[in-house]
Amino acid sequence: MTETETALSEELFKIAPDVELADIDRSADLREEFDIDSMDFLNLVTALGKRFGIPMPEADYPQMRTFNDLARYLSSATS
Amino acid sequence: MSEFRMPSLGSDMEAGTLVEKAVASGDTLRSGDVIGAVETQKGVIEIEVYENGTFDRWLVEIGQTVPVGAPLALIRGGEEVEPSPEEPSPSETPPAPPETVPVPPETEPDIPEEPEAPPETVPTPPEVEPFHPKPVEPEIVPGPPELPEAPVPDPNDTPQEIPIPTHIEPEFPPEIVPFQHEATSQVRPRITPAARRLAAERGIDVSAFAKGTSDTITRRDIEAIDASKSGRVATDFRTAIAAAMARSKKEIPHYYLSHDIDLTIAERFVATENAKREPADRLLMGAVCAKAVAAATAKFPEFNGHYSNNSFHPSKPVNLGFAINVRSGGLVAPALFDAESLSLNDLMLNLRDLTKRVRAGRFRARELSDATITLTSLGERGTDAVFGVIYPPQVAIVGMGAARARPAVVNGELAVRTMATFTLAADHRVSDGHRGALFLRAIDRNLQTPEEL
Repeated sequence: MTETETALSEELFKIAPDVELADIDRSADLREEFDIDSMDFLNLVTALGKRFGIPMPEADYPQMRTFNDLARYLSSATS
Repeated sequence: MSEFRMPSLGSDMEAGTLVEKAVASGDTLRSGDVIGAVETQKGVIEIEVYENGTFDRWLVEIGQTVPVGAPLALIRGGEEVEPSPEEPSPSETPPAPPETVPVPPETEPDIPEEPEAPPETVPTPPEVEPFHPKPVEPEIVPGPPELPEAPVPDPNDTPQEIPIPTHIEPEFPPEIVPFQHEATSQVRPRITPAARRLAAERGIDVSAFAKGTSDTITRRDIEAIDASKSGRVATDFRTAIAAAMARSKKEIPHYYLSHDIDLTIAERFVATENAKREPADRLLMGAVCAKAVAAATAKFPEFNGHYSNNSFHPSKPVNLGFAINVRSGGLVAPALFDAESLSLNDLMLNLRDLTKRVRAGRFRARELSDATITLTSLGERGTDAVFGVIYPPQVAIVGMGAARARPAVVNGELAVRTMATFTLAADHRVSDGHRGALFLRAIDRNLQTPEEL
């Protein structure tokens, strides 16, 4: 796993500790896969924004739809 | 010097285990402060003090299980807020000492106890108008665990004494993090909240299992341990929900209304606001709707309060129960206190804090017992409409369906709008469909001017 993927999975674990990364489809809807609601997602975005020091604007949410999307978004936003 | 005793949950709780200490000798205490947490068969519940003073010392160690009523700690000096002597007290089980917080089942705010439970009164928010609990017939109101009312009924109580912080760093509610840190660094193994809850539900002794492992125990581990003992279908959680809902359906003559609300304006408002905000300060549509419901509820008192002893006791503050899904299964609806007078931003912060604590398996007795109306939402992945079951002793529940783009007629033209179906289930003993319709329409109106919320 890349560094951003590791960070992302750590933050996801804090929100959905009962879901194993190995069990999910990384190219499917993140909210479905981890059974997270809008509050969980906002907490995830908040945590990632803090961790990487990036704004994570709401307008970019469509680019954060799946695990892979989000990892890619974080990589490009931090590089 | 006074003793702080193991709180009583009711007839079925005999003992509890101290799992976390949040205060140490010499700490200053205010009424409402959380001093620690105890684990019962029904989960971890925070314990609050109802007096001001100085914490003297703990009398039991973490991990120690003591019977209900046994002293847990000593508190020095300060003004003790004693309940009045007339306070009804359970006659059979040892009465909960005044300064303790009864531990409710961690589900719906109102779980009927066993029929032979001691007389209990319906806990009433401090400001609820005419309700002065007198000893009641046990068979009339099988209420939730009795709250010591006296510690908080002073209407002049400062808002700070309500144990919900109005401003809280949303990332790490202070009462959670230090606990976990202490817990993990001492006796208790590292365990995820979901795993801890599951272990509690299934009666698995985590500390025995965890010896020698440095890994965090996950829900999967607990399931593995439990795999051998299959067959326990109904958990405590589900049993409690079943009891409350069965009572509701049996006693409350529900009526139902449904109304489609155009959320296009509210959605734009949220998007415009959030574009200006850091993630930590962003709004959710759920919070905007909660505020709209709270504001409408304040103007329709017949939907806000408790029904007990064959009469309705309206509440002045709107303590809006917000139904929150718990990952390991089940649902709780803890209260956002005084939701009608909170600003939208504060309501959002409180909702965030509450959700976080509920998901971590931690909430307070008053949050469960003092809700005066409930809002339930299935979220964006839910269905078009949800028809709620009222949580007794409340008299109304508002349901919010998933918001989605739908065809609608606006100014005589067909348009695509973001719509959500709102429903009301209310108690016909207290209100009727005419008022219910006006209430739902008031919520609709509030949502058309979200900037005024």
